[in-house]
Amino acid sequence: MKAESKKTRKRVRVAPFITILFFLIMGIVGIMTGEVGRVLEQAVQVCLSCIGIG
Amino acid sequence: MEIVRKWIQTIMAFLVNGSWSFPFTRTIYQGPLKVICSPGLNCYSCPASTTYCPIGTLQQLLAGIRITLENGQNFFGLYVIGTMGILGGAFGRLICGWVCPFGLIQELLHKIPSKKFSIPRKLHYIKYGFLLFFVILLPLTVVDAFGYGQLWFCKYVCPAGTLEAGLPMLMLQPALGQTIGPLFYNKISILVGFVIWSILASRPFCRTACPLGAFYALFKKLKLVKLRLVEENCTRCEACHAVCPMGVKFNESPEDAECISCLKCMDKACKFDAITLEIAGLPLGSKGRAGRTHGAKQGNAVM
Repeated sequence: MKAESKKTRKRVRVAPFITILFFLIMGIVGIMTGEVGRVLEQAVQVCLSCIGIG
Repeated sequence: MEIVRKWIQTIMAFLVNGSWSFPFTRTIYQGPLKVICSPGLNCYSCPASTTYCPIGTLQQLLAGIRITLENGQNFFGLYVIGTMGILGGAFGRLICGWVCPFGLIQELLHKIPSKKFSIPRKLHYIKYGFLLFFVILLPLTVVDAFGYGQLWFCKYVCPAGTLEAGLPMLMLQPALGQTIGPLFYNKISILVGFVIWSILASRPFCRTACPLGAFYALFKKLKLVKLRLVEENCTRCEACHAVCPMGVKFNESPEDAECISCLKCMDKACKFDAITLEIAGLPLGSKGRAGRTHGAKQGNAVM
């Protein structure tokens, strides 16, 4: 019974958490380098050639 | 469950396109919310868009990387890739199925009655080429005399940009019509092609051309939320094959990169609790029909 419960016990996958942590750190580094300001600067402008005009 | 998914898709489409002042301002939203990443493909030059498109922004950062480095700014796209990676690591292509506005548009188009066709599996690999070449390598390496690259995917391919931004901007600013040229006609042709293809086949852009879908697909084994096949309950009846909008044969490849976790296989098709939703390996739940377990499966097999 005990062995069976051990066998059926679900194991938590750690890989997703490591992946998310890795990209979280990457994002924080991006924020620290001031990239957010650059992203905003780009996103508030209409890129005409990008949408097929101009 | 399908109704819930449609509601979430609709609400998310309005959340990422939440600025409705454009009929008066006649331009795009320019507020601070645009530092937030749109999880799905949604052009940030869409007048109503309140978020940035990760694919467009990444191309812009890579296309201008020489200039920013010369100015002493280390903008390598870490913020954008980091955000995309967090979304990918948590949800993978579930985003395509539940959140992406362009996915919703394709699903609605596919409801138009017509003869339906499948999409050859080999075409699925094209989107990885778009991600690698049109989003990363070409903007990074092909530069003009000033050191600027181009946004190859947005400029030459993206039908979402044409539909959500190009056409609305032409209506808002008719003067832009004077600048229409071959670039616009090329993009209109691609858009019309995908509209017709979406009527005839399920989610053709997601399956063959979307670089964001290709990026999220890289997390097929690593994502937090995923569908799992319970082998002992599976009867190999292949009911899951028929309902999948992405052409996934779930019982044969439960970790298929194309799976958008729309839950149709779990909710509509499987009668034997052979498909469950799990978070980090822990089962969140299945359809959970009482009495439809392994015993029922054996009974069905005998019949």
